[in-house]
Amino acid sequence: MQPKDFGFGEDEKLLRDSARKFLEDALPIDKLRTLVAPDHVEAYESDTQPVYYDESIWKQIVELGWTTLAVPEEAGGAGMKMVAVASLAEEAGRAALPSPLISTLVSTCVLREAKSDGASAALGRIAAGEAATMAMTNATGSWEADDTDVVAEGAGDGVKLSGTACFVQDARKASFFVVAARGDAGVGLYCVDADAPGVEILPDQIVDLTRDQARVRFDGVAVGADAVAATAGSGADAIRAATPAMLVIIAADLCGAAEWQLQTTAEYARVRTQFDHPLGFFQAVKHPIVNMMIDIDRARSLVYGAACDIDTGEGNPQLSARMAKSAAADAAAFACGRSVQLHGGIGFTWECDLHIYFKRQKHNQALYGDAIYQRAKIGELL
Amino acid sequence: MAKKDTPEQAEFREYCRNWLKDNKPGPPPSRLPELAIEVSDEAHREYLCAWQKKCYEAGLVACDYPSEYGGGGHQGFQRIASQELSRAGTPFLINVIGLGMAAPTILHHGTEEQKRQYLKPLFSADEIWCQGFSEPGAGSDLASAQTSAVRDGDNWILNGHKVWTSLATFAKWMILLARHSKEDKYKGLTYFIAPIEGAKGVTVRPLIKITGGTGFNEVLFEDVVISDDMRLDEVGKGWTVAMTTLTHERGAAEGAGGGGGGGVDDRIESLIALAKKTPRGSGTAWDDPVIRDRIVQIAIRAAGLRQTARRGRVEGLIDHPMRLPLQGKVVMTELMQDAAAIGLEIEGAAGSLYVRDDNAPDEGEWPLSYLNSYGMTIAAGTSEIQRNILGERVLGMAKSK
Repeated sequence: MQPKDFGFGEDEKLLRDSARKFLEDALPIDKLRTLVAPDHVEAYESDTQPVYYDESIWKQIVELGWTTLAVPEEAGGAGMKMVAVASLAEEAGRAALPSPLISTLVSTCVLREAKSDGASAALGRIAAGEAATMAMTNATGSWEADDTDVVAEGAGDGVKLSGTACFVQDARKASFFVVAARGDAGVGLYCVDADAPGVEILPDQIVDLTRDQARVRFDGVAVGADAVAATAGSGADAIRAATPAMLVIIAADLCGAAEWQLQTTAEYARVRTQFDHPLGFFQAVKHPIVNMMIDIDRARSLVYGAACDIDTGEGNPQLSARMAKSAAADAAAFACGRSVQLHGGIGFTWECDLHIYFKRQKHNQALYGDAIYQRAKIGELL
Repeated sequence: MAKKDTPEQAEFREYCRNWLKDNKPGPPPSRLPELAIEVSDEAHREYLCAWQKKCYEAGLVACDYPSEYGGGGHQGFQRIASQELSRAGTPFLINVIGLGMAAPTILHHGTEEQKRQYLKPLFSADEIWCQGFSEPGAGSDLASAQTSAVRDGDNWILNGHKVWTSLATFAKWMILLARHSKEDKYKGLTYFIAPIEGAKGVTVRPLIKITGGTGFNEVLFEDVVISDDMRLDEVGKGWTVAMTTLTHERGAAEGAGGGGGGGVDDRIESLIALAKKTPRGSGTAWDDPVIRDRIVQIAIRAAGLRQTARRGRVEGLIDHPMRLPLQGKVVMTELMQDAAAIGLEIEGAAGSLYVRDDNAPDEGEWPLSYLNSYGMTIAAGTSEIQRNILGERVLGMAKSK
């Protein structure tokens, strides 16, 4: 029997509430705007796009232990439940937090599934405060676990990695990459320091201001045996096994940000007056805002249901997590469109905060497979 | 935190489970309608009244009402009995308007005599109740009701026209919203209990739905005389009392238990089954990625409904106490409507075949339930009214009036 409350008890609530409080204090909306959208020319016309991120906030986050949450206790982490991780990701989304937190949590979930000495060592590094990110996506942006363009040559005591991983999240914030690379026996997972010889980070010019993204080129990068997290052939399985957790984390981030979009738009509809009435008086405004809420609540419920499936090992996490991601991506898409449209002219400007969330949402919608992709996968399971 | 059963509740749950296992009723005389409010067949009425009475006598109905009015005198037992009734998949309780709307209203606003007179036979289904709120000119704008109540000594004389009254053909009583004064839209309303069955001046006529079937009625009052002791609460308090009733309306849909019509999950399963058996091109409708995507969207909404029901009881995951409860009706009814619409589309040309056609897939269920679904998105506050309520009460936006 699954817990009726998703296993979301006092401990989880305390953690979530303290995370919300911390982010409200550390990164209020004015500070976020100054941090990630200081100047449109700098953001979008620099030869190399800046990384907008406050390292002091990140250091505090690490000290608060957020990055160790998903690390098992035996690897030096807190070993918290997925429902707790989801609630944290939700708060990160609500604050549109620019940080490698999500990337590190996702990498943690993959390493957890790899179950090897190398993976344990990497989890230990995360527990000690290092940021990690997955380098697993190919040039076409495929989210299939074994579609990598990076090749691993050799075996036994170590391998050499060559090729380029694309769409690597927070590449310029992470201290190491978890690289999916194909060898003769299949895809393995290899931990590579961001500053290792032969690693070149080629930053993308992206829309989202709360992240950085890059292609990472590996030119004969030597990986020692102790840095092999999953041997050739078992890496794709680890990614597949971790997929529900990855999807839950992103879906939770989407829900948190969508809730911010909802509350911000509802507030505007309460205070902005036209035709002698607050905007919310008009049903053409009121009803879409309510629809935003309905979509968010559906997605949020599915997120916690899927997280609980992962925690209990019951149910079907591959199904429920894809449902959560699909619902969250659709809720976010709708919230994006309506938040800008219902704000009218001001919503279309750089000075309004909405675009920061709009862009993060668009980015997250696509990450690890958009809604249509998830539904195609679900269709195969029904 | 989700509510955990106390030892007494756990014991009661065990009792309910055992009782339901041993007392599962035989099959109904013919296929029951989807919902209790659609019952219009006399044989169904007899079957369902017998079932509710049996449940009442076993202590599964009115568990939390005071024992002096015929209830079980417990606290927190009805939730358990309703869950177990639902889990057992037994037929629904027919006196759904009585249990869900009339009883809580009488308990809250009735006199001692009224509580003693009306509640027990309501619980046992010896007396069926219906509701008289809507009128031809008062739908979403309920407070514009025009049915008149004119004081005549110790009596009131009722004249007017109520519509969409489910169960009225079987009803002994109606909870009635009537106008004693035209001076104030809201304060001019008073709430009554009106006799229906056999009452002089009362005419009940079935209304025919777009499906061609019946299931609800209109009720005409022509100089119907009732005594003042059938008034609920004070003169002029009708709107306040009506709000009590409407607060419980959702409970009427959910709390009555039973699985007679099958739920959302059954609907999704039959939708997938329909797609898998319906030829389309060189394969089936299920092989069509566009159709499959739409079905999966519906399946996700259904799963969301299930998880939202679960989340609604987890204090740490709720932002506003009414946010999830007030969504229930609009989300559920629109989901069922969209599911039926897709079913109908999957059938293609065969969707033209209605219930009497031998070649109709699934006995014509899909066109029938699509037509019927509009009853659900309109009744008990249209989807538009539901969205007004959500926007105003949960998100604090200005009243659209």
